[in-house]
Amino acid sequence: MLGFIIQRFIQAVGVMAVMSVIVFFGVYAIGNPIDIVIPPDATQEIRLEAIRRLGLDRPLYEQYFTFLANLLQGDLGRSFVYNMPVLELIGGRLPATLELVLISVISATVLGVSLGIYAGYRPDSWVSKTIMAVSVLGFSVPSFWVGLILILFFAVHLGWLPAGGRGDTVMIWGVAWSFPTLNGLSHIALPAVNLALFKLAMMIRLARAGTREIMLTDTIKFARAAGLSEATILRRHLLKLISIPIITVFGLELGSTLAFAVVTETIFSWPGVGKLIIDSIAVLDRPVMVAYLILVAFLFVTINFVIDLVFALIDPRVRDGASA
Amino acid sequence: MTVPALSVQGLTTHFFTRAGVVKAVDGVSFDLAQGEIMGLVGESGSGKTVTGFSLLGLVDPPGRIVEGSIKLNGTELTTLSGSALRARRGREISMIFQDPIATLNPLLTIGQQMQLAIAAHERLGKRAALARCTELLTQVGIPSAEARLRAYPHEFSGGMRQRVAIAIALLHRPAVLVADEPTTALDVSIQAQILLQMRELAAETGTAMIWISHDLAVVSSLATKLAVMYAGKIVEQGPTAALLRDPRHPYTAGLIASLPAMTTPGTPLTQIRGTTPSLLSLPPGCPFAPRCDKQTEACVQKPAMTLDGPRGWRCFHPVGQTAGAPT
Ligand SMILES: Nc1ncnc2c1ncn2[C@@H]1O[C@H](COP(=O)(O)OP(=O)(O)OP(=O)(O)O)[C@@H](O)[C@H]1O
Ligand SMILES: [Mg+2]
Repeated sequence: MLGFIIQRFIQAVGVMAVMSVIVFFGVYAIGNPIDIVIPPDATQEIRLEAIRRLGLDRPLYEQYFTFLANLLQGDLGRSFVYNMPVLELIGGRLPATLELVLISVISATVLGVSLGIYAGYRPDSWVSKTIMAVSVLGFSVPSFWVGLILILFFAVHLGWLPAGGRGDTVMIWGVAWSFPTLNGLSHIALPAVNLALFKLAMMIRLARAGTREIMLTDTIKFARAAGLSEATILRRHLLKLISIPIITVFGLELGSTLAFAVVTETIFSWPGVGKLIIDSIAVLDRPVMVAYLILVAFLFVTINFVIDLVFALIDPRVRDGASA
Repeated sequence: MTVPALSVQGLTTHFFTRAGVVKAVDGVSFDLAQGEIMGLVGESGSGKTVTGFSLLGLVDPPGRIVEGSIKLNGTELTTLSGSALRARRGREISMIFQDPIATLNPLLTIGQQMQLAIAAHERLGKRAALARCTELLTQVGIPSAEARLRAYPHEFSGGMRQRVAIAIALLHRPAVLVADEPTTALDVSIQAQILLQMRELAAETGTAMIWISHDLAVVSSLATKLAVMYAGKIVEQGPTAALLRDPRHPYTAGLIASLPAMTTPGTPLTQIRGTTPSLLSLPPGCPFAPRCDKQTEACVQKPAMTLDGPRGWRCFHPVGQTAGAPT
């Protein structure tokens, strides 16, 4: 097990190193930020001064190593536009995205897996058919449209829930969170539902397909032949067997939603990182873009790492295969 | 007269598919005494597995037992409720399958899987349960059984996994064990070992067995009596020795003639010509008629089971006998 962890850790570090190169040079290949930072009518002197101050006059590889050295010390540079440390900037926005995404992905998974298992276990009941019809809807309706409809119906028409913003927040670990307050929760509700719908549909499909497949295997037949009750079979055999594909997709969804909740954040004016990165791309705020992409890569690598560990905990074959 | 461990009368299991009704099991009858081993042989698709599933009430939709009676220790199973049937599965009648890799759950230890099978029927203390598991594993020939309880299925060879499955099936000393080709996926030498052990186990515990196989040679070394299945019906049954020496049904005779050990070395093996008919569109009379050398007009009728002491066959023109055709 320890060998497995070390192996995966080295892999993760390798991926991060490669990502830092790709991101850094990739971002530097697009546009010249100076034109945006400096007013067009600035003198040549101010212009050169700005270039020097931002370190843009030095060779690219040198800029990269400076960036890397700073990165390793936790310094991701300063935003050209906001003129504040990027880490602080992103850190201030991250909790908003984090709480929104966690709430929607976790509830979509819990609900979707339960409904999917039911639909897979009793494929012919009308309840299952209804569940599947809803999941088709969840897949085919575009997310931005659902967002607008949610606002129109629940916020404008019924007036039950707020249309945007974070509502009341509470400070925990020095950052603001909405979820501990009732008002904050009411603000999270609509965007979370909006984000969750597609994932809910996907989890339903995944769990249903898995359940149908697993219930037909000899493992289940053998458990039945041994006289196990259906409840025990579902709890002890099915849930465990089905968790492997579910956890994989859960991890992928968590990562991609954290990184790209942009549409929902924009519709509900949710001040998360998604909005920040869109704004930064628009004004070519390089340090923010670079830091954001590095953070996203880090996020994915971390999530993958954790998921590999969870796999190793669940599946003895993974555990043995990797340490052998 | 003692009650047989299992008595099956006219068992009929059909699958109601889109393409039509598949008569997978069509009027199967047999008795199984306590501790007796019956071999159930037949080609692929003849309905052996479905017969086994029917006995345990494990036929999946669109299949269903449409007729017949299954008496286990005198209790009729076909009319039992789902939970009453479940309470008997694993305790009075068990089943093991062909592929030992697929039957065990790869994510649970052997011990956990055995505990689940115990807990399905009894409340046993942890220590008693452990002792029971160890005892069974030792009995089926797994060395250092107690330590192996903590192992996962992938740490066992195929043969060992099948032994574990057998141990699970025998945890509650059932009256009947249905063994669905449990050695087909294994090496010949391991197969022989397991067969030998199973015969000893049956004698020791009094568990009666239905040993399903498409290989007549394998079953005949184990079973005291044989039932030959063809297209959902038992076409011939009787004591192993008599049936092998002196088959009555042309299909049985064909199966025996195709056994390597039964022919002189060097001579080509005989084969039964043609293929198994589709169960969706069986000929109206004897299902074997299209492939049979002895076929006559009489064969457009369904042959009934002709009984002769412990033996029986469904044929108008039994091999080695001139009588038997209806007039
Ligand atoms: N779920 C099902 N739906 C429709 N037909 C089925 C189903 N299960 C089995 N059958 C049919 O029942 C018949 C008997 O199948 P069965 O599995 O009992 O054969 P078998 O004698 O065990 O063959 P094998 O030696 O290949 O295991 C086959 O023709 C099969 O197509
Ligand atoms: Mg079979």
